[in-house]
Amino acid sequence: MKTQFLTAGFLVAASVAHAETPVLNVLTYDSFVSEWGPGPAIEKAFEAECGCDLVFTGSGDGAALLARVQMEGAGSQADIVLGLDTNLTAAAAATELFAPHKVEGDFEIPMGWSDPIFVPYDFGWFAFVYDKTKLTNPPKNFTELAASDLKIVIQDPRSSTPGLGLVMWVQDAYGENASEIWMGLKDNILTVTPGWSEAYGLFTNGEADMVLSYTTSPTYHVVAESDDTKAAALFDEGHYMQVEVMGKLAATDQDALADQFLAFMVSDAAQAILPTTNWMYPVRTPAAGLGAGFDATPKPSISLLMKPELAMNRQDWAVEEWRSVLAQ
Amino acid sequence: MTRAAAPAYLAGAILLVVVLGPLPLLLTRGQVTLTGADFAALRFTVMQAGLSALLSCLLAVPVARALHRRRFVGRGAMIALMGAPFLLPVIVAALGIVSIWGARGWLARMGLPLPSLYGLQGVLLAHVFLNLPLATRMLLQGWQAIPAERLRLGESLGFDPWARFRHLEWPMLRSVLPGAMLAVFLVCLTSFAIVLTLGGGPKATTLELAIYQAVRFDFDLPRAAALALLQFGVCGLAVAASARLVRDAGFGAGLDRSLAPPAPAGWRRGLDGFLLLLTAAFLLLPLLAITLNGLLGLPAMPAQVWPALARSLIVAVTCGILSTVMALALALAVAKGARGLEYMAMLPLAASSMVLGIGLFLAVQPFVPPAALGLPVTLLVNIVLALPYAFRLILPEARALQADYGRLAEALDMRGLARLRLLTLPHLRRPLGLSAGLAAALAMGDLGAIALFASDGGATLPLLIQRLMGAYRMEAAAGAALVLMVANFGLFWLFDRWGRHAAV
Repeated sequence: MKTQFLTAGFLVAASVAHAETPVLNVLTYDSFVSEWGPGPAIEKAFEAECGCDLVFTGSGDGAALLARVQMEGAGSQADIVLGLDTNLTAAAAATELFAPHKVEGDFEIPMGWSDPIFVPYDFGWFAFVYDKTKLTNPPKNFTELAASDLKIVIQDPRSSTPGLGLVMWVQDAYGENASEIWMGLKDNILTVTPGWSEAYGLFTNGEADMVLSYTTSPTYHVVAESDDTKAAALFDEGHYMQVEVMGKLAATDQDALADQFLAFMVSDAAQAILPTTNWMYPVRTPAAGLGAGFDATPKPSISLLMKPELAMNRQDWAVEEWRSVLAQ
Repeated sequence: MTRAAAPAYLAGAILLVVVLGPLPLLLTRGQVTLTGADFAALRFTVMQAGLSALLSCLLAVPVARALHRRRFVGRGAMIALMGAPFLLPVIVAALGIVSIWGARGWLARMGLPLPSLYGLQGVLLAHVFLNLPLATRMLLQGWQAIPAERLRLGESLGFDPWARFRHLEWPMLRSVLPGAMLAVFLVCLTSFAIVLTLGGGPKATTLELAIYQAVRFDFDLPRAAALALLQFGVCGLAVAASARLVRDAGFGAGLDRSLAPPAPAGWRRGLDGFLLLLTAAFLLLPLLAITLNGLLGLPAMPAQVWPALARSLIVAVTCGILSTVMALALALAVAKGARGLEYMAMLPLAASSMVLGIGLFLAVQPFVPPAALGLPVTLLVNIVLALPYAFRLILPEARALQADYGRLAEALDMRGLARLRLLTLPHLRRPLGLSAGLAAALAMGDLGAIALFASDGGATLPLLIQRLMGAYRMEAAAGAALVLMVANFGLFWLFDRWGRHAAV
């Protein structure tokens, strides 16, 4: 009984103390807030300078985030949504739930960036990752891959961000000939998994020669595991990019704090955290550099990225084309 | 409605609201559109679920019979292990299958010429791996429920194996098999990650994926709800078909004495042994692969595994007990003739966990921030989703109990707690233990609808495994998966043991 009152009293006291510090709610994807993601370090660094309580809520992945924002509508608790990408920004802007940002300055993104609503915080290139000890002569483009008898694991564009990235990649690089590329790739595709984890798990199990992932995946193995056997095959048609962005919700009751957070995420402190926690490139190179692992990672010479509106319009069509060719 | 049936109707009402409640919430948000691809998905879904159910249950018949009539060292362990595959988190099970049957799996490395795992064959293989044990356990219970008196009568009449099959085993199968087939069919109907991962491509698309896509990419909630309704429609047809096939075994009451069943010698003995060996290898090899991978990963495991395990255990035990209590109430009422409740109890099997999650989310969101409800929602969803399994396991014996002792109990005016304590619990202890174990372990392995509600603190073990995998930590994830498997299985074993040490 006594402990019950004690707990109750403690909770009341805690909530009073709580009410005095403003709370900034950030809705993001689950892996961002996980113990191995950027979440914990970002939270610590931002709270040290904002005098506020930064609360991350992790929910599914990027695409599920937008669905959740739409479900919550204007009644959302969240002040900021972090973790959408350019395949989603046009649809997100169309919901009119987001407000313009005030972040100034340029971003070191290969295709450049200008968007009144969404602020990029990191980016990467999709690529096929392979094991150097097993594959010595990786294909140099989709045509070579299709002509080879290599087995690849890809993700389903209907349930996975990289899976959608690949469909947009082939679409952007080959346009009208995309369906021929898919026809050629059909016998190379070992299987199509619902998410990135299953695909990468199959690859590390040795089931497939290559897996669709990011150019920075080998960087993880080098930096965190001192394992340099993995590499990303560089394709000469270029590599499709994923730019991860964040936006302020128009219905926020912490407007100034939200602006401060957006600015913080592109500041040196946050940008230095992202590479080795999210395994993506920062949008502004931190003063201390990226570290040897990232410096040694080859970058594609050609970057591909569709404009958000184009991406939104092409998406359904491109996925349907993918489905109908592979389902034959 | 009698007063005694009130808890059953309450349980039924809860199921109805939780499972069907989301649909109007979603449907009323706009126009419904379904495409040709959806019907292709429907066809594939029904086909793979039907084949999976047929294969699992047909294989389960000889396996369960062999297990029932043979006595050998390790028989108890084998029956207990039968629970394991079904309880694995889907992705762990899939990787276990791949380690054995994959292109670089153990069998391929031994030089066996295997067809590719990826395609319909892989989906069926995985579904049989996951569901053969469940079907076997259900049938084994059926065999055990044949009264010893009937077996003895058969022996004194000089029954040969064929006559025994025709007069004793076939009637039992007619009463148990349709339910088992239905359960496996419905599990496979909503299967998602296995079908995609092993299906080889978009030819293997299920309704559940279409629902997922409708929500995630198009935020088309009416479409998601329409697809969920389609899924319910298939479920309804399957339940109706199974109800038509079920025949009461009509063995009548025995004196509750167990008797080692007659075990024919000769080639039948050899065949049974061979079957059991093959089944054990089929089920154990993937588990062994998961264990070996896991042992390698144990040192890499982060400390967060243990609090996550504790949270999972709390959810699992609570869910196991509550689910079984609800299932018992429903099964007793159904055994007394409330057939409508039977459909309600099976309803959650066809529920899309995505739609369930969204429905609950939309329902609570105007009042409470969903993240604050992570734990209660997890519990509710798991209780509801595990209930049909618990119900299926309890129902046949509840029916037999009602048929055998119902009139005596009525005549004695035995009711309420007295009847529960003196008649129901002692007789149903075995299925109750099994179903509580199953429900607990299912809750422990499930991720499902809670993903929407999960907040930053308080990950359960399956969520932690997913996070580890998402952060490239495949080894640590394998270690955590081993912990989950052991804990899951231990929990199942404890409940099941309580049941198997039944007084009668």
